[in-house]
Amino acid sequence: MLNTEERSKAIQAKIREKAKELLSSKKVDLIIGFGEGTLPLRTTPIFVRTPEEADRLIWNSFCENNLATYLHKLSQFKIGLVVKGCDARSVVALSHEKRFKPDQLFLIGVPCQRMVDRRRVEKAFEGEILHVSEQGDEIIVEGEDFEKTLKREDFLYPCCQVCIHRTPLKADVLVGDPVEESSLVKVHADMEEFEKKSPEERWRYFEKEVGRCIRCYACREACPMCYCTECFVDSSNPKWIDKGLSPSDIDFYHIVRAYHQSGRCSGCGACERACPMEIRLTYLTQKLNQDAKELFGFETGADPDAPPPLSTYDTDDRQEFIK
Amino acid sequence: MKLKLAKKNFIPFLQSLMDEYDLFAPVRLAEGASAYKKIDQPEEVDLSIRNPQKPAKEIFFPQSEIMFRYEKAGKENRITSTEEVKRNRVLLGARPCDIQAFALIDQVFAGKDYTDVYYLNKRKATTVIGMGCDGPLSTCFCSSLNGGPFQREGSDLFLTDLGESYLVELLTEKGMAFQKNKFFEKPTDKELAFAKAIEEKSAVKVKVSVPVDGIEKRLDEMVESPYWVRVQEKCLGCRVCTYLCPTCHCFDIVDEALTKKGRRVRNWDSCLSSLYSQETSGHNPRPTNRERTRQRLMHKFNYFPKNFDRIACVGCGRCIIYCPAHFDIRQTIKEIQKGGDT
Repeated sequence: MLNTEERSKAIQAKIREKAKELLSSKKVDLIIGFGEGTLPLRTTPIFVRTPEEADRLIWNSFCENNLATYLHKLSQFKIGLVVKGCDARSVVALSHEKRFKPDQLFLIGVPCQRMVDRRRVEKAFEGEILHVSEQGDEIIVEGEDFEKTLKREDFLYPCCQVCIHRTPLKADVLVGDPVEESSLVKVHADMEEFEKKSPEERWRYFEKEVGRCIRCYACREACPMCYCTECFVDSSNPKWIDKGLSPSDIDFYHIVRAYHQSGRCSGCGACERACPMEIRLTYLTQKLNQDAKELFGFETGADPDAPPPLSTYDTDDRQEFIK
Repeated sequence: MKLKLAKKNFIPFLQSLMDEYDLFAPVRLAEGASAYKKIDQPEEVDLSIRNPQKPAKEIFFPQSEIMFRYEKAGKENRITSTEEVKRNRVLLGARPCDIQAFALIDQVFAGKDYTDVYYLNKRKATTVIGMGCDGPLSTCFCSSLNGGPFQREGSDLFLTDLGESYLVELLTEKGMAFQKNKFFEKPTDKELAFAKAIEEKSAVKVKVSVPVDGIEKRLDEMVESPYWVRVQEKCLGCRVCTYLCPTCHCFDIVDEALTKKGRRVRNWDSCLSSLYSQETSGHNPRPTNRERTRQRLMHKFNYFPKNFDRIACVGCGRCIIYCPAHFDIRQTIKEIQKGGDT
């Protein structure tokens, strides 16, 4: 069996090959994928328009962005999109919302090895990390006066740790063999902690986390499902909330943002990764995802034919909550 | 004048500062997140934080600030001003990049054309205790922008961490007010030599690496360049880089009103938000990310130098570290210098 490094190399070669083919045959106008970052532990979204440029596309354990978020501003193009399992489910959820024409997208699906949490790696060292490489199933981290080998598995993003759909369920091509999905359904660690708390403790935890929000809206912009032309927080007529740092406004923004994701969130974790203040956000959306599963048997984007529960009506809908 | 403060006296020193001043210093908000805050307990101060996410500009230019309150009481209209700063302030532990940024923002808020009392009153009431950067990061490029990890310009007092103590330099009149402080002692020659060595080691680490010479003229020729379409593609349009930038200073003024009373508030705003340039009619002269990204870069490297003779970037590297799409402004500067050739 191939180790992570060997697998990534094979996937990268296939992504490039597929990208060249799609661009030369003019099946797509551009490919959105990942390119080399300028810092260790980082990659960056790139937009490839010619077969020659396709060799800039890379694949490794740091391809963390959900690239589906870029589809909204490129609606006039035919796009080849590199997707992990979660990203592909976002695309399915967006198709339910009729965000693009059926033939507009070509999904290059990557059976995902799960991404490495760069902040957790950084926090494991006092000094600055200057170079990182993947060797086998390990990560070699180097700084000015240290070098250490970490087990990749110990440093995965919280969302990736509980992922049960690593292989894209919908893709036009898979550029790697499907991975064996975790049969044991693990519970999102932050959500589990949150559920143990009393309502008062939950509120305190939520307020403490969002209390350092700077309203940069990186969580909103990184999310493929947040595409309203005018977000409720930006509306001035009517004005739903004020734009300063009052706790009530910040609380309201985060509660509404999370609730707008009910039955729509793929659990990719892009919101949490985008936050510069490291606010925990996914415990909320994971809880909503769990509710959607328990109450409606629905998983976002898992079945392209299953309509999202909150945008459909059925006479057999559950109604025991109506008193 | 050079003195030293033993670390065992650090907390009592902070306590004595707080008796006289409102103290602002870096505070850890959570693991991995920090900001400058008004200190209630001296133990909150954490000078091991290299550069908090939120820059020190918010001490003079808060993210959200009440400008005045108003109330209709019977036939009378009552307005309460909030511009006065009642107590003198100390800003402790700001790094030279953030301090250099004050001099830039001063040009806007306290320059020849306008005087902003909200900013100026806080600025005047504040003694700045800067701190030498002995652990600059690979993303730091202050030296490329007339700064340096131990640049003292803008600091009234300046600290160098010597391990067991801090070297304290008194640099201005405000700084000299501390010369009789009971916690300060005379440093030994060995300590002075050690401080010098730390400074030299840092200077070597932050080499001049980003070519900014002539960028203003280069940008003059690039207003309609196809480069802007390419460079903006990965930008998500969030506000991280502008809010965390020590030199960005745009704001929006709103009334937060109930029926008979309210307050006028100014909040940070960002040119990367579509709402920023949207006019009342609905027309937006910067309709896409292309125009907005161009504005961000033009303001820093062209308009600001045209108006004030200085580039509005201090090389702190926050926008590089915290951008969710990993946009690296150093790369952008290099590309602009090549006429937008990626």
